[in-house]
Amino acid sequence: MSAALRTHTRSLLRARGLVVGHARVRRRRTVIEDLDLSLRAGELVCLLGRNGSSKSTLLRTLTGLLPPLAGQVELQGRDLARCSPRQRARRLAAVGPAPAPIGPITVAETVALGRYPYTRWHGRLTPVDRRAVAAAMASVGIEALVQRRVETLSDGERQKTMVARALAQEAEILVLDEPTAFLDITARAELMLTLAALAARGRAVVASSHDLDLALRHAGILWLIDRGRLQVGAPRALLQDGSLERAFGAGVAPRADALA
Amino acid sequence: MSPAHRSQRRARVLLALAVLVLAAALASLAFGSVSITFGSVLRAIIGHARDDSVRSIIWAFRLPKAATAALAGAALAVSGLLMQTLFRNPLAGPYVLGLSAGASLGVALVVLAAGGGWVGFASAASGWGDMAVAVAASLGAGLVLAMVLLAARRVSPLVLLILGVLFGYAAGALVTVLLQLAVAERVQAFVQWTFGSFGGVSTRELGLLATVVVAGLALAATTAKALDALAFGADTARSLGVNVPAVRTRALIATALLAGAVTAFCGPVGFLGVAVPHLARGLLGTGEHRWLLAGSALAGAAVALISDVVAQLPGHQGVLPLNAVTALIGAPVLAWVVLRRRGEEPWS
Repeated sequence: MSAALRTHTRSLLRARGLVVGHARVRRRRTVIEDLDLSLRAGELVCLLGRNGSSKSTLLRTLTGLLPPLAGQVELQGRDLARCSPRQRARRLAAVGPAPAPIGPITVAETVALGRYPYTRWHGRLTPVDRRAVAAAMASVGIEALVQRRVETLSDGERQKTMVARALAQEAEILVLDEPTAFLDITARAELMLTLAALAARGRAVVASSHDLDLALRHAGILWLIDRGRLQVGAPRALLQDGSLERAFGAGVAPRADALA
Repeated sequence: MSPAHRSQRRARVLLALAVLVLAAALASLAFGSVSITFGSVLRAIIGHARDDSVRSIIWAFRLPKAATAALAGAALAVSGLLMQTLFRNPLAGPYVLGLSAGASLGVALVVLAAGGGWVGFASAASGWGDMAVAVAASLGAGLVLAMVLLAARRVSPLVLLILGVLFGYAAGALVTVLLQLAVAERVQAFVQWTFGSFGGVSTRELGLLATVVVAGLALAATTAKALDALAFGADTARSLGVNVPAVRTRALIATALLAGAVTAFCGPVGFLGVAVPHLARGLLGTGEHRWLLAGSALAGAAVALISDVVAQLPGHQGVLPLNAVTALIGAPVLAWVVLRRRGEEPWS
């Protein structure tokens, strides 16, 4: 996508003057200060940073799970804090480090939960809901697992199921916290390719990771957290100006010419 | 198995449970200090009893008791299910928040500490003595609910659980002190209350119990969809559009209504509330709460009625303490469910 075209793509999620951190009873702990961000349709963004660099805290703030200390997050032009839970869930789907579900739940039932913001109080699925569930499972390739119980899945299969659940929400924005953690190298690459394909079909996707190679290979844009500051740029640009090396340490980042 | 087949199988399980409830209710009407044939029981119910004493035994005593058992079993099982999902803890039950501890304290204060105003509680097996106990238990449980709801807005579910346990210890300590100071026959009356019983609920009280339990079950049913999401943790539920604090509050109120009402009229009936939701999960093979709520309610009613029958099986003098029976039936059931699901650890 050319730079000229990108400026015309609408911004789905935007942060203005955002201060990210935890507010405790007596003291505030700010982790990222004065953040301006924009996420557009068609982008696959990798949020990079070392362990403990507050990637999760930022994602929780951007998805409305954690209130910002200052500033605001706009979801398609509306203040996220003022959106009802249902409105938010129809526009923004999140996959976090969720614990295993309690009780025997199948893959199909798990993915069907993604229809939560659309179903009525009793939660029964309409034919439209069923089609969305089937499409979500197809796009991550887990049709064969439909009747398996979630607790019997491998880590990779479980993660795909969670992604399918988020896809069933039919939200334009998909935010994933460490989706490749616990996955082996093949499953990681598969998942990133899936996310790239979703972005190519017009969704905006943000995935956090501390896996530099994976991010450099698949992401169109990097959000790099380094000592409480966030830098935004193309992988090549952040590699060439030394930002990645400063964040991750000398010798860790590959040389710029290693990128295809 | 296709989803449609699954639903059909689950519907058949629910139907079988409903039949079991009816059969157990019939047994509970037939067995007792005087055994009545099933035919006489049915005739008495439809108003064609040949014998007035049979009619009065059925209508004044056994029918209210069977209805109380069914309502109490359903209420305890459903509130246990709510608590297990809300706290994501397989050992949670209706009483984890200290409801029974609050109720015990209330009852202990009335039974043990009240002055001579109460005309021999032990002798007052009916009438206002029972109602006073019910009121005391409701006040105790209600006070605990108020504290829980206040705390729930400020602390995490885990902290809430710990506070509930701590409150239970504190209330238990106060009850022990009261027991130490009380006269023997009142201690006996209090201990009798802690054994639990489905008997002794008058028709008028039954109406109140039924109203509260039906309201609690209806409230619980409105949380079914959100509980499915909460089973994956609060963050996932919120990202799916669940208003988590509102659902928590609703589930807590439903639990307090259900468990509070049962404790007020039947005493702290144990074990059922923890065991039956596991039984329902095992029988229905699902974690979806619209099935589990119905299954727990029916299985809870069946187990309570069966426990009641066992507690007064012909062949022994008097009646076994209800709590002893629920635990003796419940423990093997729970062990079976847990062992059958060995190797899968959905609670970790």
